[in-house]
Amino acid sequence: MWLINSSIGRKLVMSITGVALILFMTFHCCMNVAAIFSGKAYNTICELLGANWYAVVATIGLAALAVCHIVYAFILTAQNRSARGSERYAVTAKPEKVEWASQNMLVLGLIVVLGIGLHLFNFWYKMMFAELAGMQTALAPSDGFGLIKATFSNPVYVVLYIIWLVAIWFHLSHGFWSAMQTLGINGKVWFNRWKAIGIVYVTVLMLAFVAVVLAFYFGLAPSLCAAA
Amino acid sequence: MVKNISFTIKYWKQNGPKEQGHFDTHEMKNIPEDTSFLEMLDILNEELIEAGQEPFVFDHDCREGICGMCSLYINGTPHGKTERGATTCQLYMRRFNEGDVITVEPWRSAGFPVIKDCMVDRSAFDKIIQAGGYTSIRTGQAQDANAILIPKGNADEAMDCATCIGCGACVAACKNGSAMLFVSSKVSQLALLPQGRPEAAKRAKAMVAKMDELGFGNCTNTRACEAVCPKSESIANIARLNREFIKAKLAD
Repeated sequence: MWLINSSIGRKLVMSITGVALILFMTFHCCMNVAAIFSGKAYNTICELLGANWYAVVATIGLAALAVCHIVYAFILTAQNRSARGSERYAVTAKPEKVEWASQNMLVLGLIVVLGIGLHLFNFWYKMMFAELAGMQTALAPSDGFGLIKATFSNPVYVVLYIIWLVAIWFHLSHGFWSAMQTLGINGKVWFNRWKAIGIVYVTVLMLAFVAVVLAFYFGLAPSLCAAA
Repeated sequence: MVKNISFTIKYWKQNGPKEQGHFDTHEMKNIPEDTSFLEMLDILNEELIEAGQEPFVFDHDCREGICGMCSLYINGTPHGKTERGATTCQLYMRRFNEGDVITVEPWRSAGFPVIKDCMVDRSAFDKIIQAGGYTSIRTGQAQDANAILIPKGNADEAMDCATCIGCGACVAACKNGSAMLFVSSKVSQLALLPQGRPEAAKRAKAMVAKMDELGFGNCTNTRACEAVCPKSESIANIARLNREFIKAKLAD
């Protein structure tokens, strides 16, 4: 099976799962932005994506994508380390055009995974999981708006989430164009285009996520004023 | 007036692929700045032999930047910081300063085991070429120049890809020990021309399979290879190889 046995096949799996995860984040981001404007709208979405069969199926699919991406990352890194040989250079000079993120994708990925762990505990565990398991929670499982308010009133979470989002930004600043390169839809002309598209897209995406966190921490979200 | 410089050279000594290596140092005195790096190493070896020590082993051949034999990792960069894209043999001592410590290491990659000191075995590249880096069609008599039409742009790009001399700097610079820039250049030089198209799918699959089999790593698009390539090969070649390979696999 060439998606497992060949180097380009393995990288293809990384790029396709990666792009799929970026698309998921785009969807997630659209959802979050709704919370800035209306708590009621946001909770309607939460209800729609609660313990309904389609949401559970989609969650399992998403988890499979993420697990696939992470497992392949470790396999690729292990292979690459052994391909480099046992001896390391005594002196290394990093060429200017080599981006820092491109050489630290695994480390950035690990920070992202830690963030995902925290995020799942903060929200998913208290929402979809609580509903599926029939757990008693302080807030109703579909009161996502209340949960956002409670979580981001804590400055520790605000800082942790921002660190997390910055790590995702770095990961995707390389990951986006790199995926296009691996898919083979790149070349001398498109190289700079994909890079620009990637940076703009990822920056807008991350700023939207950060905006929600800050809007709730500082109480600036119009939805909060409406509730008050 | 040519200035002379004195500096310390720190060079890698290793007796074989499985042996433990170490650095030796030597003080080089009054070396004219227009000495080439390899000439400087010749001087070093003269001095070592005179002192009754074993000379330092390194690869070299044409010394005019076209054969791809010289392969030294100098001060953290494959081929050193040359004036333009060039190989070790075209690096001159004017690029260094009085009192410098110059560190010379071999290409370090599992795919290139050390034979001795800074001479590494790059026959893996030959094996990759043997796997498919050719056209097996009968060429027969030379055809009329206009019998096969090739756009100028394609011909130029194929020529750019063909300038890859297979020195291995791309593998040496890569944190993943990946040979993708070399393989993609060799696939591209034929994939861009009509004569190479009939076997393009077979070639891409065979050369990538051989590259993987020989233990080279997976490309993660860091672009370190492109930055150090003495022939300025572009990672656009890698995208082309990915495209050729994926297309070939999907057509199976």
